[in-house]
Amino acid sequence: MPVPLHARWRAVAVLAVAALGVAACSSSKNSSAAQDPNAKVTLTVGLFGTFGFKEAGLYDEYMKQHPNVTIKEDDVEQSADYWTRLKTRLASGSGLDDVQGIEIGFVSDVVQNHASQFVDFASLPEGNTLKSSFYDWKWQQATTSDGKTLGLGTDTGPEAICYRPDLLKAAGLPSDGATLATKWASWDDFINFGKQYESSPTKPKGSNFVDSAASIFSTAVYQGNEAYDNSSGKPDVANSDGVASAWKYSTEAAQAKITAGLQQFSTPWNKAFSSGAFAAIACPTWMMGYIQSQAGDGNSGKWSVAPVLPGGATNWGGSWLGVPKASKHQQAAEQLVEWLTNKEQEVTMWTKGGHWPSNSQAAADPAVKGATSTYFSNAPVGQIFGAIADKMKIPPIGLYDTQIQQAFTTQLTNVETKGTDPSKAYNDAMSAIKQVTG
Amino acid sequence: MTTISDTRAVSTRRRRRTRPGSKAAYAYIAPFFLLFAAFSLYPWLDTAWVSLHDVRLSTYHQQTWIGLDNYKNLFTNAFFWRAFKNTITIGIISTVPQLCMALGIAHLLNYRLRGRTFFRVAILMPYATSLAAATVIFLQLFDKDLGIINWFLSELHLPRVDWQGSKWPAQIAVSSIVTWRWTGYNALIYLAGLQAIDGTLYEAAAIDGASRWQQFRHVTIPGLRPTILFTIVVSTIGASQLFGEPLLYHNGIPDGGTSYQYQTLGLLMYQQGWTNDRLGLASATAWTMFGIIVIAVLVNLALTRRRAHHFAAPEAAPTLQLSEVTR
Repeated sequence: MPVPLHARWRAVAVLAVAALGVAACSSSKNSSAAQDPNAKVTLTVGLFGTFGFKEAGLYDEYMKQHPNVTIKEDDVEQSADYWTRLKTRLASGSGLDDVQGIEIGFVSDVVQNHASQFVDFASLPEGNTLKSSFYDWKWQQATTSDGKTLGLGTDTGPEAICYRPDLLKAAGLPSDGATLATKWASWDDFINFGKQYESSPTKPKGSNFVDSAASIFSTAVYQGNEAYDNSSGKPDVANSDGVASAWKYSTEAAQAKITAGLQQFSTPWNKAFSSGAFAAIACPTWMMGYIQSQAGDGNSGKWSVAPVLPGGATNWGGSWLGVPKASKHQQAAEQLVEWLTNKEQEVTMWTKGGHWPSNSQAAADPAVKGATSTYFSNAPVGQIFGAIADKMKIPPIGLYDTQIQQAFTTQLTNVETKGTDPSKAYNDAMSAIKQVTG
Repeated sequence: MTTISDTRAVSTRRRRRTRPGSKAAYAYIAPFFLLFAAFSLYPWLDTAWVSLHDVRLSTYHQQTWIGLDNYKNLFTNAFFWRAFKNTITIGIISTVPQLCMALGIAHLLNYRLRGRTFFRVAILMPYATSLAAATVIFLQLFDKDLGIINWFLSELHLPRVDWQGSKWPAQIAVSSIVTWRWTGYNALIYLAGLQAIDGTLYEAAAIDGASRWQQFRHVTIPGLRPTILFTIVVSTIGASQLFGEPLLYHNGIPDGGTSYQYQTLGLLMYQQGWTNDRLGLASATAWTMFGIIVIAVLVNLALTRRRAHHFAAPEAAPTLQLSEVTR
């Protein structure tokens, strides 16, 4: 059964639901009776980008089940701006929403510096049940060393490779997923394949094999035992095996000129999705939605997903929902967060929005594993990403992963576009990182 | 007409009754000073305090006293000196042509010509355009592969230029956005200054056989001296604080290009505080910028005062208030 995957970033028409019907008998939580569970409450949900709850109709459904609850979303477009705002609000202790989205880039900061300001889900009566329903690594990333769990997981980003079969075919190379899975098993294989593509006399003019060296770097770095931090969550870039091998492969790709040299998330990169400037890109589940929104409906069926990630399965991205203790409606907010991240809703979020579940029970659901994508040439995306999600390697994360990654990918652009010597670029990245870590 | 005389009577009476005494005057200006204290003075002093501490945004309440270490860090920091130089070069590339063109345009618009009002309104249009919209357009014009400027260069058999990645082209591109937006604004201020110059001076000069260029040099420039000084001061302050154009020119990333080739001090401060989470260091940068601006303005004043001795003092000077203009 083909399941349409809507774009993460595109505003999908809200499924209008007439919320006048009788409420379904919702299981009321065993509350401590401090608050009247049926009192009217308005819950504000602070998010960034497009989480997709509204688009998948989940707020409407929840409000239908709980007529006393009104949900208001308070969304900031860029996650960096959102995080700056959340930090200032945490510092001043005011202006916080009842539910706050937390991204993988700053979950460590919340865990290390703001544990006392968020509700601990592990200590709730249902704590153990909650814990058992999520991927263990996902639960742990939002948990402090003394066992406080500050958020429940929404989506994760298991990665594969998204590619253009038509471009590969034009270059006289294999283009079916099963063959590519064997051709792209390691980064060395992947780069060699890229060289074949570039040297093909019939490759489409103006195209390159992969979008950017950053695509390789940001993936390979998480395949190490360490990415940017040691096991206690402190920055440890110089000693990281992940950084060393990611830098080696990405600069090798840049110097072999198999990349299009585009800065990820820049305007030229966005345009390149529809112009066919590259044949392959590292592709976490959420990237499928991004490709779809940038390449547009006109390119439906041109893209596909290969059931492989060179160098081994890993994750890119993902978020949590937390409840600040400053919230006046803590219990109602906890209840909403538990509902939004439970099995049933995370299944819906995948089938309607393309967000891979962090709830392992949802991930095991046949509706998730059986999903295919029309846009991506009917690729069995549920099966592909499910297999990768089951064996993902998750290195420790830390406070400044976002800035450190930005420092490296910025310098990779210099290697790609200006021919900067990789060792100079590496030193420049390290001095930019020093500016962050102090 | 009874109504008119009634109103007049009322207004005179009221004016007499509430003629402001000295106490009332304080009450009138109090709101400004209260707002100034809350939104300028307090943050200004607090920034000074924070700049003497090791502070991160995420852990704002854990402040460790480190004395002048942030300033020491800054003055031995390659990122700071690069941003300092970029701010100066972009400041010169954007301000000098901008003010020269503004002066020329104002001079021309001061003559009687057909459709003068239209031109006067038209030159102010860029100033009224949103910065974000303008930058998006300039990004497309300066696009390496698809931009109209590179297309034009290749038509002329000139090499294409990387307006984003190469240092000087990128600085010129950023400066062109500033110039485009502010030339009309400055021209309008010059025009206001020109209107205050006695028209008989031009007539007398014309009778003596002075060309338009000679009139410009010997009547316009001396007459406009105070106005020119004002625009130089304001432009210097604006250039020192340049932020929005270079930020948007790199997709909202505050690094000023992959090699920091157009990162200004304003961008560096933003990057230190908000991206890198180091509020203490960013506060030190803020105070250093303040010092730089004060020095730059004093140097400007000193230079123009010294030059002013060579000329006669201007007779008519338009009064303009600094606080009117903010960038």
